[in-house]
Parts: sequence; structure tokens; C-alpha cells
Amino acid sequence: MTTGGRIQEHQEHSASGEREFVLDVRTQDMEINMGPQHPSTHGVLKVVIRADGEILTKATPHMGYIHRCAEKIAENVNYDQFVPYTDRYDYLAAMNNNLGYALVVEKAADLEVAPRATWIRMIVAELNRIGSHLIAFGTYGMDIGAFTPFLYGFREREWMMSLFEKLCGARLTYSFVFPGGLANDVPPGWFDELKRFCDVFEKKWVEYDKLLTRNKIFIERTKNVGVIPAGMALDYGLTGPCLRGSGVRYDLRESQPYLFYDQVSFDVPVGIGEMGTQGDCWDRYYVRMIEMLQSVRILRQCIERCEKDTTPGEIKGNRKKTLRVPVTEAYAGVENPRGELGHYLVGDGSDHPYRLKVRGPSFCNLSVLQELLPGTMIADAVAIIGSIDIVLGEVDR
Amino acid sequence: MSFEEIQAQLEEAVPGAVVEAVTEPSKDPYLVVSKDRLVEVCKALRQDAGLGFDLLVSITAVDYLPTFGKKKNAKPKEGEDWGPGHFEAVYHFLSTVLNERIVLKVRIPKGEGEPIFPTISGIYPAADWHEREAYDLMGFGFEGHPDLRRILCDDDWVGHPLRKDYVFPKEFKGISAE
Repeated sequence: MTTGGRIQEHQEHSASGEREFVLDVRTQDMEINMGPQHPSTHGVLKVVIRADGEILTKATPHMGYIHRCAEKIAENVNYDQFVPYTDRYDYLAAMNNNLGYALVVEKAADLEVAPRATWIRMIVAELNRIGSHLIAFGTYGMDIGAFTPFLYGFREREWMMSLFEKLCGARLTYSFVFPGGLANDVPPGWFDELKRFCDVFEKKWVEYDKLLTRNKIFIERTKNVGVIPAGMALDYGLTGPCLRGSGVRYDLRESQPYLFYDQVSFDVPVGIGEMGTQGDCWDRYYVRMIEMLQSVRILRQCIERCEKDTTPGEIKGNRKKTLRVPVTEAYAGVENPRGELGHYLVGDGSDHPYRLKVRGPSFCNLSVLQELLPGTMIADAVAIIGSIDIVLGEVDR
Repeated sequence: MSFEEIQAQLEEAVPGAVVEAVTEPSKDPYLVVSKDRLVEVCKALRQDAGLGFDLLVSITAVDYLPTFGKKKNAKPKEGEDWGPGHFEAVYHFLSTVLNERIVLKVRIPKGEGEPIFPTISGIYPAADWHEREAYDLMGFGFEGHPDLRRILCDDDWVGHPLRKDYVFPKEFKGISAE
């Protein structure tokens, strides 16, 4: 696409005296709004791009369209009342958000959690990770132009959501993990269904792999595209699959274990540039795919330990009904599907936070765009934004 | 590497920059750094001192009122001075090499005009957006920041919502909020 382009012919005389024609195609830079309503931005994100023909020269993300200032809300409600708000920042991984918030409050208020509750927390966190990565997998295929994986992914995600529905009644915003424990214990027979889910999911995963991962068109669209070298990933504070896709082996579950993650065994996949360059879109995509299998592996161990070591019903910790946090401060980070979700809590002795900072992984991961996009093609921008896998609810909070 | 070792290495690299080191068993330990030396400290954290704090996790802006931590409706006794309160920027760093975290704090007392901190976006590009967020929601200035403008609120939003003295608007562009 050239705007106002014109072709000029220069007549030049070379040394030998022969006339040479040089075609000079001039193009103008063009500023385009990609979004806020654009299918590839996965929400209300606007990227103002400057393009010279098909090549991007500058990209400026604009966000805040669904900013609700969750941090201000936190200062005006009590500790338990804030739990439903945590569901709503990364709405694809509400369990993980609940967990991150619960952990920081427990750390600040020095609460103990029953072992059974801890195992169930790990189970719901890993199950939600699978559900979240299924969306990442499905929508990424759709960004590139493959519609079928999305439908396949939603089939298993539907089962995952109905499992959560049986557990807590909600399908998307669970509010299940509370500071000090859980909303309720698992219903009878839930673990058996979860085991069936694990068995079936592993078989279905092979289908996904055949459908998209090894698809020639998909590989051509994602290999060597949007390469984030490890240095750039660290510069911009990337965490989660985006950081690991660049070859940095850093997963909070492994490096700074919380809950009982030190008692289960799992692998942390990193990008190795299998199809092209280390840190390209394919690597980030494939890290998520492998993580789903690792989550199933963790799920199986957790179910086994939970059934063997704990008694049903024993999920109560040592918290009192009214939760007060003393004058203190605490930071707790958890490994969300998209990276490190950090909460920094300042308590002032009352029943509501004095200040609660939410460090959303999507917010930080998105900031790499302005460095990554210039120099790429417009069509690749779609592939790159999809591979970073952001949830705008969390970017804007 | 323990907190004390990191502190010792930092003090060796940038003498006199660490004002206070707080280690209480109930809290995460942190270092209070003087405002003018923050950039040097961050450089040392990232490059010089061999510490390898390569990842800036977050920058938090906090508004501390003089009444912070006091009982409800408490008033200072005679001869007691609670001061005007202070603004605080809290920097969380992570080292993927050492697998350690460190917390730095910079404090600016209230009553000296708008709080202006030095930018560290030259050392940690991730700070760019975190500082814009601190500016947007808390009204912190960052000297030397390349593009300090609102990031989450609308460009024409009035005030900084996370300030403790923020007054909730009664209407927005003619739409009543009551």
C-alpha cells in the first residue's frame, strides 16, 4: 500500500556513457488506529501504528478503556469484599487472581491455611491455567487465520468451566479462594471427574498439536516473527511464557515456590528456537502448549496427595471472621498463566487495605510492543500481539 | 545471597546512598534510598555490583497520611508532632540470576510542592510505563522521563485518583455519577 506514491524516473549517465533508468518509488508514512475494536487486540486496546507501506515504523499502545481503578476500590472495601474484584482483572484466570490476593493478605495478617485447602488451591490454579492457555491457543490460531483450533479448545474449556461450576457455582468469576481458606470444600465425586478430565485432556492435546503446532502455514506465520531476545524480555519486565519463550528459565512455582509447589514435580519449558529463532512467536506459543501438559501432571499429583493425606471437610485455617491486617506491608507474587501477578499490600490495622498495588503481568508484557513492532509487517503485528497473550482487564485494572 | 549481603555490596558500590535498612521479622526487608542517589543505586543493582537485578517487577506509589497506623480519630498529644506525612515510591526488583528480590524505597515529605522523583527508565525500560502509572494515579513527577503522560485515565481527567485527598467527581462530561 503506498499513499501518494509516485514513480520518478531519473536519467543518469553511467561512466560508460550508457543511459540508466532508476525507478524511485516514494511512499508516505501513514498513521492507522488498530483498535480499540479490532479482533486481534483481544479486548479494547488501541495501537496507533505508523506504517510506511506495509512496514511499521512506530507503534504506540493506548489503553485504559476499561480502567476501573481496582486499587482505589480496594481502599474502600474490606479484605473479603475485595475478592470478587480480583476475579475481574484477569478474567480468564480468576482462580489465580483470587489466589494471588489471598496469599498477600495471609502473608500480611500471618494466617495459616489448612493443608487440604492448599492442595485444592493448587488444583484450581492449575486447572484454570489450562483453561486460560486453551483460550490463548484458540484465539492465537484465529488471529493467524485458523478457526478450527478455537472450537476445539472451547470444547475442553467448556468441561473445565463446568467443573468449576460444580465446585463454586460460577463459570468465569469464581471468588472461590478467600484469604485464610476456601469458600467451600470440593463436592463428592469432583476429584473423580477431574481425573477423567486429565485423562481425556491429554489425548485431546495431541489433536491440538497436530492441528496447529505442526501446521505448515502456522509455522510460516510465526517462526522468526516477533523475536524477543532474552535481554529485551528482561528489560521490559516480561514474565511468564513470554520470558520463558525467550529462553530464560524463570517460573515462580519452581524458583520461589509457594503453596506446596516444592512437593510436586514438573518441568519448566523454555523456548529453544525449535522452528526458527529463540524467542519468536512460535516459541512463546509452544511454551504455553507444554505448560498445559505440565499442569495436568501437577493436577494428578495434587489430587493423589489431597486424597491420601487429608480428610474431606478440613479446610478451615486459623482466621477469625473479621479480618484485620496489622500495620505492616507485604509483597506476594504468584505465577499466573500470563506471568507474575504481584500484590503489594500496606495494612494500617483496620479491616481494609491502606494501599493495594496490583502488578499485572499483561501490563508489563504489553509494554514490549513499542520496541518489538517497529520494523515488522502489519500482518505480523497481529501475530505478535496474539503471541504476547494479554487480557485487557488486567492491563487496565 | 542474603539481604544483608546485597545491602553491603550496594553500600560498597554507592557509598552513602542507603539511608536506612529496615529488617523486621514481620515485614519484607527494604532499603530506603536517598532521592538523588536512586539512579546510581539502580545502575549498581543492574550492572555494576555484580548483583544482576535484571528485572524491575513494579513501582508502587503510596500516599502516607500523618494519621497512618494510628487509631481512628486519634489526635497528636501535646508536644507530639506527626509531621505532614510523606509520599513513597516503592521499587520491587527481581534477580533471575540470584533468584532474589530486593525492595527499594524513596521518600519525599509532603509540603515541599509536588513530589518529583528521578526516572529510572534509562536503566530499566520497564519503568517507563510503571512511572506513567504512578504519575497518572498518584501524581508523581519523574524527572527525565521521555514521555510522561497519563496511561490509564483519560487524557483530560482531573486529579490523581489514588491520592488520599482525592475527591470523587460528581459528574463526568455531563454524565451524573450520583
